[in-house]
Amino acid sequence: MDSVKQLRFDVAVVGAGPAGIAAALAAADSGKTIGLIDDNPAAGGQIWRGAHNSAQPSASSIWFDRLNKSAVQTVRGTRVFHAAQGELTAESDDSATQISYGKLILATGARELFLPFPGWTLPNVMGAGGLQALAKSGLDISGKRIVIAGTGPLLLAVAAYARQCGAKVVAICEQTTRPLMARFALKMTLVPGKAAEAVRLAYNLRGIPHWTDCWPVAAFGNRRLESVRISRQGQTSEIECDYLACGFHLIPNIELPRMCGCRLENGFVEVDEYQQTSIAGTFCAGEPTGIGGLELALVAGEIAGYAATNWEDRARHLFSKRARYQKVVRILQDAFPLRPELKNLARPDTLVCRCEDVSHQQLREHSSWRGAKLHARCGMGPCQGRVCAPAAQFLFGWEIDSVRPPLFPVRCSSLAAIPSHSAPRN
Amino acid sequence: MSESVTVRVNGKPVTVRAGATVAVAVLASGATCRASVSGQPRSPLCGMGTCFECRVAINGEPQRRSCQVLCEANMEIEANG
Repeated sequence: MDSVKQLRFDVAVVGAGPAGIAAALAAADSGKTIGLIDDNPAAGGQIWRGAHNSAQPSASSIWFDRLNKSAVQTVRGTRVFHAAQGELTAESDDSATQISYGKLILATGARELFLPFPGWTLPNVMGAGGLQALAKSGLDISGKRIVIAGTGPLLLAVAAYARQCGAKVVAICEQTTRPLMARFALKMTLVPGKAAEAVRLAYNLRGIPHWTDCWPVAAFGNRRLESVRISRQGQTSEIECDYLACGFHLIPNIELPRMCGCRLENGFVEVDEYQQTSIAGTFCAGEPTGIGGLELALVAGEIAGYAATNWEDRARHLFSKRARYQKVVRILQDAFPLRPELKNLARPDTLVCRCEDVSHQQLREHSSWRGAKLHARCGMGPCQGRVCAPAAQFLFGWEIDSVRPPLFPVRCSSLAAIPSHSAPRN
Repeated sequence: MSESVTVRVNGKPVTVRAGATVAVAVLASGATCRASVSGQPRSPLCGMGTCFECRVAINGEPQRRSCQVLCEANMEIEANG
């Protein structure tokens, strides 16, 4: 059996993206022991992926510098798969780890929403953030033809990044309408720092076609992507490309907060003004509490870190700063509602669950997520519904009502590391 | 630290930049990561460890998420897409 490590922290932070890093650093000011636990090979989360060892100074450098100089113990390559009664159990490449804590801060981030359309399972059809993550992880996309599609400001950021990497961005296909997009741009200029960011982005994207009322209808290729058919203001056309980077905005990673018993509100983790969840001593910051972007994640993380170490006055000092960035949550919600046409992209034989290859037709026979799981094995594969459950929620209006341990597929020896007093009984 | 690292994907040497993930090496080799339960070729979707489409065998250990593992010299990667 693999070895079982034991870790004990005064404050355990799960997720080493901006919110988690900010939370851990704020908490470390107290002199208490702080653990920062993350699944990825390095800290940074998605937005700062690959930035920890970048030679280019960036906004993230100051945070990585602080983290490196701090007493925060970073535990990388370690995914938490079980939580009960004040203890977490996690797995890494070579061992299982039991983590006990005084206070817990959940900064589990967000993932992309993917919607099924014919051909979306072809290799080289990726998420928008997915393509960016792979490029940041070393994928050479120079000279590649890329169509970026879906919705939300991430598409623009990904387009700018891909161009910077030498890719040829053929088009940006945004499903929202032009008036909503214009209103979004206008409102964002009222958020501190965003006007300058928008000007910089517009400059970086000059010359790239940016189409609204536009979405992918089908992807084609023999064993890998060769072209994509798009619908643009009611007209369809086909574009040859090497990659289709397609994501329909972000959805919060609420699986671990849910397993911890945190109450949700409209699909997000409910927190009070100190970022404390419905479970006393358990805090949450960043995208699981509302999709609001980098600046909000940083300040909410700091508030959680201070509050978790009983430094309420320091936390309170940051409330007004947080309020300025909280506007972003509402602006994003209003600007990028998913249009109903996207529900009709999947054909009867289009797969919805990619782990178990369950088609749209097989799902239509069921009336609930639970029924689809039990009878069609939808969401029962290794990703445990992380891709297909949000898609099914959008397509069929199903409520996704449960989360079960383990949160990820793990080795049997890791399951055995779950402390017996907190092991699942059903 | 050297600037690049060479691994083998299905026996074929592939050189990627140091710090690149195994998923990047598989894509660079021209292979696809895995065959789905009905035999379709699949490669990474999310790039961040949630979708499990990038699973490959690394040094004989199957079902590893290649987007979450960094390349190390002489790694043997088996991609069955």
